[in-house]
Amino acid sequence: MNPETNAKYAIETRDMDFYYGNFRAVKNVNLQFERQKISAIIGPSGCGKSTVLRSFNRMNDFIPGTRVKGEILFHGQNLYDPQVDPVQVRRLIGMVFQKPNPFPKTIYENVAWGARINGIPGIMDELVEESLVKAALWDEVKDDLRKNALALSGGQQQRLCIARALAVRPEIILMDEPCSALDPIATLKIEELMRDLSKNYTIIIVTHNMQQAARASDYTAFFTMEQDRAGVMVEYGQTGQIFTNPRDKRTEDYITGRFG
Amino acid sequence: MNAESSYPLEPDPVDLTRSTLQLSARHRTGKIWSSLFFVSTTIGVLALVVLLLSILNQSMGLVAVENKVDPASLSDRPLENLSHDELAVILTSHLSQTRINTIERENPIAQRSQADMLQLVYERVVQPKVEQSWGLIDSLLKRNQIIAESAQRHPEAKVEFRSWLNWNFIINSMSSQPELAGVRTALLGSLYMIAFTILFAFPIGVGAAIYLEEYAESNRINRIIQTNIDNLAGVPSIVYGILGLAIFVRTLGLLTSGALFGIGDQNGRTILSASLTLGLLILPILIINAQEAIRAVPNSLRQASYGLGATRWQTIWNHVLPSAMPGILTGTILAVSRAIGETAPLILVGASTFITRDPSGPFSKFTALPIQIYNWTTRPQDEFRNIAAAAIIVLMISLLSLNAAAILLRNRFSRR
Repeated sequence: MNPETNAKYAIETRDMDFYYGNFRAVKNVNLQFERQKISAIIGPSGCGKSTVLRSFNRMNDFIPGTRVKGEILFHGQNLYDPQVDPVQVRRLIGMVFQKPNPFPKTIYENVAWGARINGIPGIMDELVEESLVKAALWDEVKDDLRKNALALSGGQQQRLCIARALAVRPEIILMDEPCSALDPIATLKIEELMRDLSKNYTIIIVTHNMQQAARASDYTAFFTMEQDRAGVMVEYGQTGQIFTNPRDKRTEDYITGRFG
Repeated sequence: MNAESSYPLEPDPVDLTRSTLQLSARHRTGKIWSSLFFVSTTIGVLALVVLLLSILNQSMGLVAVENKVDPASLSDRPLENLSHDELAVILTSHLSQTRINTIERENPIAQRSQADMLQLVYERVVQPKVEQSWGLIDSLLKRNQIIAESAQRHPEAKVEFRSWLNWNFIINSMSSQPELAGVRTALLGSLYMIAFTILFAFPIGVGAAIYLEEYAESNRINRIIQTNIDNLAGVPSIVYGILGLAIFVRTLGLLTSGALFGIGDQNGRTILSASLTLGLLILPILIINAQEAIRAVPNSLRQASYGLGATRWQTIWNHVLPSAMPGILTGTILAVSRAIGETAPLILVGASTFITRDPSGPFSKFTALPIQIYNWTTRPQDEFRNIAAAAIIVLMISLLSLNAAAILLRNRFSRR
């Protein structure tokens, strides 16, 4: 398939269903994520928003009995095509997790390791510096790159995780509630950083925090749970429109706090 | 009437110094339990102290020694200072030709070292004999009584303080006389055996744990394997001994005796057989502990690694194993501690009880410390129990040193 066919979108899902065994956790998701924009996925607990996010870089593969129906297109190719190697997918589509999870190694090693195992070309010292600069962490750690990463504060650790993801040259960065373990100041720093990064990367963020979605994202998708406990996508559009003029009653109830 | 007034929780006015709601009874229960726990800890510590004291009591004390030939009559200098040739003269002049021939057949006198000759002279000519020995506690408390008793019963003997655990005890090889016996061959045998046991069991144990934790799916076969490993950890060691005898000594005798490589005879009762048997014995313990350690590695670490595009193996090798290593080493310490003290399987795979040649490799005949201790405690003479106690101390010290090495290694891994 020609990689240019869907160049407009970074990721596109077509009639995507997600199953845990026989239980359909998410059904019928059709989404197009714009390139170099920040898209937020919001919704109540259990609506499957994290599940959807994690299927974009096949992190759900590690949970036995899960499968995806429908298509998730990346450069016009289905991520779940049997010929696709998930290791390759995860290099191109990076991920930042809910709790900062740096490796128990030095700051330098944290950034360099992923690049080294993936054989990213270039001088390692420069790559580490470049990644840390992009993650707005360089000035704080440049004098003690040999320090253990676990000695950093929570917010610094999370930015280190972002730097680590950037070092393997991804196209898309998935963020799974990246600020839920951080204080408001560290949260704000991450949001500013996301804005900077969106010039070069496509960012998809799952968040519980509606203010964060409203502040930081360009597009917002609202998910909810139906009677059969399956998650569905209710509404997707420009963030301004979702928060000021939602088309669906359920979206309006959620963002005004009448539900969830 | 509302609920609050019908069930008064607190007296009015509230007095914090008076307890309500059976608070004193609740505190009392807690105190009873905590004192029970304290008592059980104390019992454990006491048992350990009594054990150590009784071993120590046996391992040193006063002895009444009687020499068959007075060393002073052999030479005007101390025997230790004599040269090889002078010792050889003493030996040949005091022993019959047949006994000299026997010694020559074992190892020609000309090739023996000075220390070896010295031991021979003591053993064959001087022949110091401990007529009686007393425990450490008696020796300290009833010294005069003991000296009087000795003077009466063994007028020729000299009463002296002796620590049965001394340097000579460590470097001497076996002897049928407790005064001259040492643990060198047994200590070397134990060390060789443990080294090969670790070499065999550690990689296999860790490998199996990695497979079961990181690769194996949760299906019926793997669950059966898991249950069996858990049960194997509780199988009595004598059963492993029978297994080792049947498989390693008999069936694989050609391999374990070294005959296949042109070393040794066809006899499979070697260090290798013992190591493989002990390896099998500790494998379940190693696997279970390594599995626990691997399971304790936080999943977020694996996800971080996978999220960067690492393969499963890169994740295991670079993140899971280094994080699990301290726990794996703790398990190894436990397993090795068990292996070094095992006696039953060694008896079955044919450890020698009396051997004077040092082991030199995996295909050597051997003895081990627990075998010696067991052997010595079954002898009728009191002195053998003294050296058994000394050997127990040697066993404990070697075990503690091995563990200390493992702990140092573990701390290195934890610090990274």
